Amino acid sequence: MSTLSIKNARIIDPASGYDDFGTVLIEDDRISAFGPHIDAEGDIIDAEGHICAPGLIDMRVSTGEPGRENRETIATAAQAAAAGGITSFVIMPETDPVIDDMSLVDFITRRAETAPVNVYAAGALTKGLDGQTLTEIGLMSQAGAIMFSNGKSPIAEAQTMRRLLSYSASFNALIANRAIEPSLSKGAVAHESDLSSRLGLTGAPSAAERIMAERDVALAELTGGRLLIDMISSSEALDVVRRAKSRDLEIACSVSINHLALNEVDIGDYRTFAKLDPPLREESDRLALLAGINDGTIDVIVSNHDPRPAGEKRLPYAEATTGAVGLEILLAAGLSQVADGRLDLMAFMAAVTSNPAALLGLESGRIAEGAPADLIIFNPNAPWVCDSDSLLSRSKNTPLDGRRMTGRNLKTICQGRLVFDSSH
Amino acid sequence: MSYSKSIIDDIFGGIRPAARALEKAATTIQGWYDAGTIPQKHWNDVIETAKEFDHHLTPDDFFPVKPPQASSFGYPFEKLHCLSIDDFHRPDIETLLSLGEHYLDLNVQKNPDRSVLKGKTLINVFFENSTRTEKSFELAGKRLGADVISMQIASSSVKKGETLLDTAATLNAMNPDLLVVRHGSSGAPALLSQKVSCSVVNAGDGMHEHPTQALLDALTLRQAFDGQIDGLRIAICGDILHSRVARSNVKLLNMLGAEVRLVGPPTLLPTDADRWGVDIFHDMKTGLKGCDVVMMLRLQLERMSGAFVPSKREYFHFHGLDRSKLGYAKDGALVMHPGPMNRGVEISSDIADDPDISLITQQVETGVAMRMGILHALSEAQDRAKGASR
Repeated sequence: MSTLSIKNARIIDPASGYDDFGTVLIEDDRISAFGPHIDAEGDIIDAEGHICAPGLIDMRVSTGEPGRENRETIATAAQAAAAGGITSFVIMPETDPVIDDMSLVDFITRRAETAPVNVYAAGALTKGLDGQTLTEIGLMSQAGAIMFSNGKSPIAEAQTMRRLLSYSASFNALIANRAIEPSLSKGAVAHESDLSSRLGLTGAPSAAERIMAERDVALAELTGGRLLIDMISSSEALDVVRRAKSRDLEIACSVSINHLALNEVDIGDYRTFAKLDPPLREESDRLALLAGINDGTIDVIVSNHDPRPAGEKRLPYAEATTGAVGLEILLAAGLSQVADGRLDLMAFMAAVTSNPAALLGLESGRIAEGAPADLIIFNPNAPWVCDSDSLLSRSKNTPLDGRRMTGRNLKTICQGRLVFDSSH
Repeated sequence: MSYSKSIIDDIFGGIRPAARALEKAATTIQGWYDAGTIPQKHWNDVIETAKEFDHHLTPDDFFPVKPPQASSFGYPFEKLHCLSIDDFHRPDIETLLSLGEHYLDLNVQKNPDRSVLKGKTLINVFFENSTRTEKSFELAGKRLGADVISMQIASSSVKKGETLLDTAATLNAMNPDLLVVRHGSSGAPALLSQKVSCSVVNAGDGMHEHPTQALLDALTLRQAFDGQIDGLRIAICGDILHSRVARSNVKLLNMLGAEVRLVGPPTLLPTDADRWGVDIFHDMKTGLKGCDVVMMLRLQLERMSGAFVPSKREYFHFHGLDRSKLGYAKDGALVMHPGPMNRGVEISSDIADDPDISLITQQVETGVAMRMGILHALSEAQDRAKGASR
């Protein structure tokens, strides 16, 4: 039996609201005790007064494995995750081939066995993500698929979505659907606004998001399925979620970290690295989303890690691909918003630890006796400048290159093992 | 060295002897002397009189006319690219327009100073098909003495998977001095300009901008209204959503002090266009009221995804320009169209072809002169930048 202690830490557990200085004691891969009056024993890590919190759980990560390993492999993504303080992440099924049957779920699970952090697979909702043919949701759940998603594209047909929610309810499976009304968003590369029309870019209105969110809320209510509205970006869609929650409907919604840190102005002169899906919207939307996290309307913050080589980005704006890397950005960009006073630290931490854990049915994401020893130590006030070249991810596409950030991960412990240490 | 000075000094022996020989007032000769040019109507007199002094002049001796320096209000023109009207401030625009005006004189245009772009290479790179813009740039470049080649990339290597930046690298290896680019994607010329070491002129990108068209429209208006654009009420009508010409014109005409209105069906107006500093109208009657100029835009059926208007017939009925709708505008209002026209869709033929109302042929004519002016200014700015870095 191995013992590890983290002393001199400010221990934060968003699940219980615990916030006190003390020591965390780890035996093997579990937390055995924590608090102010615990004596450090075994191997000792001195947190030097920094925060010790549960490792982050990122519900939306894309890699290139299998199919597009030039973008990212599971191994490189896991390293980047460890550096960014993420101890568990979920891989989206949008791979080549698509993760739409048990054998591919199994493939991901086996590929991830040697990874320094916990990697889970999300199954596809429809065969080949065609939006129509249901996949074997039950068998994939048994094989270990932790949630189900249709990747970037939404389930366009209401009848299909209804059946998916209804069928998956018997397996208690979590169904994530993008809030995009396809015909309103057709050909769109930006948020529809004064700015995009000046730039001559086709935009998607916030209404496209709102309509789909309304539809899915109605279908979840009709069927009793477990719905996650995947990555809202507008205050209009946020209002839909807020109203649904006020009626005690069990729906959840997520937001990407990019939409909390950036707005449409970051497109500037056609900066394709800020071309994202959903598109960056107005500053008022960004502020509304931050408020939505503080008041608990938004459950989860995801990195929406989407690695793309420069060749796919350095194209005319309309032709360039969407996406940005986020595994090493999520914690720091969130803490920067905390430092700016826009985000409550505990609300932010809940949205990246205990809330996703509850949705996915994971034991981790909390500091409690007997909980998995997935922990991070971070300095919430450390200033640094984001340099895309020094990212561990195989692709370096980030719109935050050169940005000043506040707050950085120092150490990552996953299953009781130190998997990242910034002092080395 | 100005040719008028050399003629007056070398042949006639000064201003007063020249005045006596030509039987003109000394002040007139003084005027030629100072201006550096002799008006064309006097060339015959000067040639005939010079014979008496044993000098055989030909009309060629009256050229080259040295163009004005690319500067105004003490601001030298220093821009290396022409990507968007936003790139320029008011003195830059004045410089460009006065250079355009200079080349508008047909004598100057056909016999310009070919040393302006001598030894320079201009490449027209058109990713979208175009005839008038491409030929207009080609002619402008050739008249100023540049080596001009045109590439239609729409039909070449892009189909083989080459990206814009690969094309840029290839072009850059040919060491051009000026690249004229048209591309179907907004912002493509701006991206290209970051990757090549020469000047880039945007000849239309997606639904973004077409700055040279706006400049030639402004020059046409200056000619038609005696140099005064300030205070004109100008209605831009039709398919504004898909129009890069409209976006550039709104910026430029606003900068020059015109009151700009956008008139079109709501489906063809861009989102939040009212924040562009223009008034928005949906019907021609109120929209054209009191307008000095009506600028019609082409209904860009090829850029439309889905139906924006029910039919061409209905569109012409409510938004096409005919005599009765033109009657809502100010008496004597003039009509413009960037071309190519859909006759009977946005404009009726009798208006398009009426020389008293239509500025459409003038716009094409102005095009070459304005583009000569733009190429001239960019080339001078290049030389100045090179001189500064040396």
